[in-house]
Formats: sequence, structure tokens, C-alpha cells
Amino acid sequence: MVTTPDARGAPSARRGHRRVPWTFLGVVPFFVFATMFLVIPTSYLVVGSFRDQAGNFTVQNYLDLSRPLTANAYTTSIEISLVTAILGGILGFLLAYAVIAGGLPMPIRTGIMTFSGVASNFAGVPLALAFIFTIGRTGFVTVILKTVLGVDVYGAGFTIYSKLGLEIVYLYFQLPLMVLIIAPAIDGLKKEWREASENAGASTFQYWRFIALPVLMPSLMGSMILLFGNAFGAQATAFALTGGFINLVTILIGGQLSGDVLGNQNLGYALAMGMVAIMAVTILAYSWLARRAERWQR
Amino acid sequence: MTGSINRPPQMLEALTHHPPGRPRRPGPRGLQRKTLASWLFLLLGIAYFALPLVGTLIFSLRAKPMLSAWTDMINDPQVWSTLGYSFAIGVVTITVSIVLLVPTAFWVRLRLPRLRPVVEFVTLLPFVVPPIVLVFGLITTFSQPPLPLTGTNFGSDVLLVCAYVILSLPYMYRAVDAGLRTIDIQTLTEACQSLGAGWATILWRVILPNLRVSILSGAFLTLAIVVGEFTIANFLARPMFATYLQQISGNLAYQPAAVALMSFGITWGAMGVIALVGRGNQGRIEIGGAH
Repeated sequence: MVTTPDARGAPSARRGHRRVPWTFLGVVPFFVFATMFLVIPTSYLVVGSFRDQAGNFTVQNYLDLSRPLTANAYTTSIEISLVTAILGGILGFLLAYAVIAGGLPMPIRTGIMTFSGVASNFAGVPLALAFIFTIGRTGFVTVILKTVLGVDVYGAGFTIYSKLGLEIVYLYFQLPLMVLIIAPAIDGLKKEWREASENAGASTFQYWRFIALPVLMPSLMGSMILLFGNAFGAQATAFALTGGFINLVTILIGGQLSGDVLGNQNLGYALAMGMVAIMAVTILAYSWLARRAERWQR
Repeated sequence: MTGSINRPPQMLEALTHHPPGRPRRPGPRGLQRKTLASWLFLLLGIAYFALPLVGTLIFSLRAKPMLSAWTDMINDPQVWSTLGYSFAIGVVTITVSIVLLVPTAFWVRLRLPRLRPVVEFVTLLPFVVPPIVLVFGLITTFSQPPLPLTGTNFGSDVLLVCAYVILSLPYMYRAVDAGLRTIDIQTLTEACQSLGAGWATILWRVILPNLRVSILSGAFLTLAIVVGEFTIANFLARPMFATYLQQISGNLAYQPAAVALMSFGITWGAMGVIALVGRGNQGRIEIGGAH
């Protein structure tokens, strides 16, 4: 049977057929670029992480992540990220609250916000150096503590090249990042809520416990989660500070990249993928909480 | 959705109204204590943030003769060549980023709004793939055929720029998209077309000039990130400013302190430009990401 083309349907169908690809052509460069330099390189690691050295499919690499070296890298990374996220989160919130709602003059707020933009971007090699010059063995705070106050922190076992030292350094960009991302939430606390609660006889504690904190909670949690991811993905600062002698996931990946310290390329890929998985969970949790927090910021 | 307490409005009004003679606001005393605590906290914060900078400055002045760390830095040709290289890479990164993202964001808003979540998702991916993982993947992919880019200096430069474009995707796309939101691209495009303009003319002579301010803030943030970036530059073995600083911190005593302070000054300068450009639209936050 011969099908005769529908006189009315054919031209419009042909036009529709031609129009769709033309419209999509506009975003092709973007997707080609992202595919070439982001998706393919990441996929390479994904595929490699599921292969053994002979090229066969395996999940052994992921099981091998529980070996002491890699497991220790994850726990150290997570510990440092957690500590600096929580501490940086609390201190950053207090500083932001003091500046925004604490009755300080407006120029101070502007100044602190601008400085936070700078400090949250000031990281890597110069930051590590600045702290070595300050609380390193011959740093000026170390020397002042020793000569003026008689406190010998290095004699007491402290060293800047340790976990604690790294945490102090990380706080330098964690705290201002918190100030930046929590500021809109603090702005969202309406004066009327406070006044209303006071008129209803609530104490300051009750105001915080029943109004301010519940409203702020999604923002606080979300911000701290973002801080966690920020510290978890950091490599330059830790590398510059310790010369690669602290066992973080990022440092271990770096070691693997420059010298196959794991002795197994595919285990290195799995190590990197574990990191991506943790970052993905972090970002998902953040965006979920950010959407919840938005409710109060209209 | 007003997002207020779940009570009838008149009741809320009654709650916020202060009955005469019973002032419940914090008295001058309470207010003072709060302000005092704020000042104390501010000072502590300033101390923590100033100390490392002061420490670095003091260290740089310990050199003998006193200013030699600074004069050494000024006379070190490699400081300037690496800085120039970093700025050049930064400018190329910003240019590629604009050429790639402005048409994309424009087209998505104009013709493919359904694709927006997809494009936004892709621009947020760099948050999930940290720089160290990105460079790991890039080196693995581009050190072998069909595109062995890491084999030559030029290839590595290309790879470096592409990595930085990826790194800047979240900030640049957000900046461009926010700029597009404030102009009526539908009307502008139709007006241009009725005057006979092609797509290139529309983008170059109408859309881009309208986006100048919003692009500028994204561009300077990208510049600050690129000039300070270490991880990717280090593994691609590019002579960037941050890798040079790392290199001399191992074998020079005082000069690195001066260079570190200059690096801080550059970040400060870039952020200062953003603050100047962004005056008037408060609430915009610029968050960087190469630590």
C-alpha cells in the first residue's frame, strides 16, 4: 500500500522537524565544552575506578578504600572539615550577628562584609605562609607568647604542621565564608518578631529558643554543610602548609597524581570518586536546606 | 505566603504595639551590654584576621637590611613574569568564559527556558568536582591520544584555561544570568531583529553592553581565583604566580613574606573592584572557591 503524504500535515511536520535542532544548536558549544573538560575527565575516573589493573570490571577498588592509608585520609579530612565547619560556623555567625544586628555603625558592617569577601578568597600558598610567619616555630605570636607570657606552645607539643594547626589556618577562610552566607538569614530576622515576643513577655532566651533559632536553623545547618564541603575539597593550603605530609584525601590524590603513592592507578580513581560522592551529598543537602531557609527571607 | 507567625493579622498588630507606660524594649542598659558584646566580638575577629597579616609584615621586615625582602621582590624578574602570566591566563579565561556563557544564557532565556535547570545543574557541577579531582581527570584524559594536550607547553596552557573556565562556571553563569534577568531580552531582541540585526550584532552590540556591570563582578572574582590558584597550576606544571610563591618559600627566607602580602593585596584589589561595581545591589554575595 502506498501512503500518500497528508497535504496539510507534511509541511508543518517538516518545518517542526527542522526547527528543533536549529534551536538547540545555540547551546551546543556550552555542552560540548562542559562534556570535554568536565564530564569526560570525570567519567574517565568513574570508569577507571571500576576496573582492575588488567582492565576487567571490579568493585575491589572501592572495597580497598577501607585500607589504613585511604581510610585514614578520609577520617582526617572529614574530621578537619567537621571541626572547621562547626567552629567557623558558630564564630562566623556570632561575628555576622554582632555586625548586622548588634548595634554597630553601618560602615563597620560594610567593611566586614568586604573584608569577608577578600578573606574567604585568601587561601592556598600565601595563607599557609602567613600563618607560618605568625604561629610557626619562629612566628611573631609564638615568640611573644614565649618571651612575654612565658608560654612555650611548641615546647608543649603544638605545631602548625599538625591537624590542629591546619584547623586554625582553615578557619581563616571558613569564618568569613560563614559571615557572607549567613548574613541574608540574619537580615531576614524581622524586628517585629523580637518586639512581639517581648510584648508577649518572652525572655531573650525564649526568643532565641522558640523564634530566632528555629527560623535560622535551616540556614545555619546549610551554611555549615557548605563550609564542610569547602574544607573537604581544599588542597592547596594543606599542601603548602605541610608539604604534603598530612594525610588528607586531597593530598593523597595529589600524591597519587604525581607519583602513584597507592601503587594502583585504579585505587586512585576510586579515592577521587569517593570524594566526589561526599561532595555531591554535601551540595544536595545544602541546596535542600537553602530552599527551606528561603521561606523566611521574603 | 507572608512567612509571618501563624496568627490573625490584627492580633499580630496588637502584639507588636507597645502599650504606653510599659516599655518592654531592652532598656538603655540592656542595649549597651549588647552593643558592648558586639564591639568585643568585632575586635576579637579583627585581631584574628589581622594577626597573620601583621606577622607576615613583621617577618618581611626582619631581613637585613630592613627593606631588602621588598626590594628583592621588586627586583626579582620571575615575580613579575609569573604574575604577568597569571594575569594573562586570567584574562583569557574570562574572555573564553564570556564568549561561551553569554550566548548560552541568552539563548536559554530566550528560546529554551525548559533547558534552564539542565544548564544550571551543569554550571554547579564544579562544586561537586573539587579542583584536585578535576585536574586528576584532565591529566588522565589529555595525556593520551586522541588529544595529548599535556605533551606541549601550549597544550598545557589550553588545558589550564579550560580548567579555569570550568572552575569559574558557577560564578560567571550566575553573574550573566542575574544580569539577563534585569533586562527585557525578548523586547530588545525583537527590536533588533526588526531593524535587521543578526544574532552576532544583537549579542555584541546590545546584550553584552547591557550585561557589563554584572559580568564585571564575575570577571574580577574569576581573576582573583585564577591569580591565587595553586592546585591545578601545580599539577599542570605551569609557571603561575602561586606555584612560584610555593617554589621560593622553600629556598628563600624573607622574600616570600613580601610576595604573600602582595598576593593578599591583589585579592583585596579584585574584591574592592567588585564592591565598587556592585554598589547599590546589596545582598549579592561573591563566594570564591580555590582553596
